[in-house]
Amino acid sequence: MPDPILQISALDARYGDFQALYGVDLTLGEGEVMAIIGANGAGKSTLLRSIAGLMANGPDQIVYRGRPIGALRADQIAGLGIALVPEGRQLFPSLSVEENLLIGGRVKRDGPWSLAAVYDLFPVLKDRRAQPSTSLSGGQQQMVAIGRALMANPDLILFDEISLGLAPIIIRSIYDALPGIVAGGMSAIIVEQDIAKALSVSSRVYCLQEGRVSLEGASCTVSREEISRAYFGIA
Amino acid sequence: MDWINVIVQGTLLGGLYTLIAAGLSLIFGVMRLVNIAHGDLIVLAAYLGLTAATVLGINPLVTLIVAIPAMAGIGYVLQRVVLNRTLGEDILPPLLTTFGISVILQNGLLEVYSADPQKMNAGALEAASFDVAGLTLGLLPVITFAVAVAVIAGLQWVFYRTALGRAFRATSDNQEIAQLMGLNKAHVFGLAMALSLVVTAIAGIFLGIRTSFDPSIGPGRLIFGFEAVIIGGLGNLWGTLAGGVILGVAQAVGAQINPGWQVLAGHVVFLVVLAVRPNGLFPRMNG
Repeated sequence: MPDPILQISALDARYGDFQALYGVDLTLGEGEVMAIIGANGAGKSTLLRSIAGLMANGPDQIVYRGRPIGALRADQIAGLGIALVPEGRQLFPSLSVEENLLIGGRVKRDGPWSLAAVYDLFPVLKDRRAQPSTSLSGGQQQMVAIGRALMANPDLILFDEISLGLAPIIIRSIYDALPGIVAGGMSAIIVEQDIAKALSVSSRVYCLQEGRVSLEGASCTVSREEISRAYFGIA
Repeated sequence: MDWINVIVQGTLLGGLYTLIAAGLSLIFGVMRLVNIAHGDLIVLAAYLGLTAATVLGINPLVTLIVAIPAMAGIGYVLQRVVLNRTLGEDILPPLLTTFGISVILQNGLLEVYSADPQKMNAGALEAASFDVAGLTLGLLPVITFAVAVAVIAGLQWVFYRTALGRAFRATSDNQEIAQLMGLNKAHVFGLAMALSLVVTAIAGIFLGIRTSFDPSIGPGRLIFGFEAVIIGGLGNLWGTLAGGVILGVAQAVGAQINPGWQVLAGHVVFLVVLAVRPNGLFPRMNG
């Protein structure tokens, strides 16, 4: 396995009294695409929020390229090259399409992604760049959310439920764009409800169940039985 | 001709109210903070101007070059050290904190400058006037109004044409996602308060040249600022200018009918707008 870009050890996370993650261990190799699956409430989004710095964690629970980042703020982590495409797009409604992309690029890291590159990837956005982001369809909004994350030229990109609430044809076009995104060596973690989609684009898969890792394996070798056991906890 | 004169003079007075209100509008728009100490910060700026004018022997208008950076620095530090700690889901802590700052400022100014009313002396500028189409306009009110329009236009430009404005709007929309863009919320809010107090400095200097002031007048000015913001529509900068002008004209018309009605007429117009259009006359924040 290539050198890890991200190492998570014994990660706990809680919202007030509710504990969402229990001792999660996870390793992501440089350039690897990993899928995280699991039922609603299994802790998938919490895991991504922890990596992105939106949850308070112990410094050593999350190590990025040998550097403990668990206790850093989200804006510091963004500067280190980790970008999150949040669940439900979460575009800035008072910003136009282009402004949403530009603000994604304000961390000013070097790399291949620029406004022009994003418009090449999603040509429909170029025609709508001056429109308010709220006027776009759900699929187009997801393209802006992905473009906004790419504008930071991250080394690690986190996708939270990219296909949620989108039409199948849109989901397909977004997944068709994925190989082009990670071709440059970008590492990725994809949280996804659609297991077949998740397995098809990833090299390894983790399954979470009630805040714990219930399965870890190569995406091409895990069986349906293993997954349903890990997913639902049925023996 | 009398009534035209009244409306024109009221409009010019509205320029001052706009300057008082613009900083409030900006801060509320960016971080949903209602700054109760805003009026007292305006008075503080007036005293800074007075001190600079006295010590350096310069025209009060020139003291802006001292007051603006000083107030910007105070704003940034105040936000980073005090106000950021109070911001959260609950809107009460920042209200109480800024109320406390208001009390501290009033008593601090009282201690240093005493309760005697002060006034900045701008020399010939104060009495200068010129005639246009049969109306006699004071030079100072005209300058004040022009500066108010320029301030609103400048803020509008910052908000909708610069990276800083983008950061303000993004943080206002969604603080969590803004942080994912590498924006340090504490710093962005500090810059917003600094910008707000830059406008406050301008308002304080023009207020201090136009009328006499003492440490206790802040809250009274704050009311006019709030009214202008609400009449114009929360978070809309040009609306704040319109609100300031409407308030100024209402007061001038009230004073024309009966000198005792000046302030009352402004309050009545404010209440009518609040009753008929609770979101203000121009509630959307669009460029």
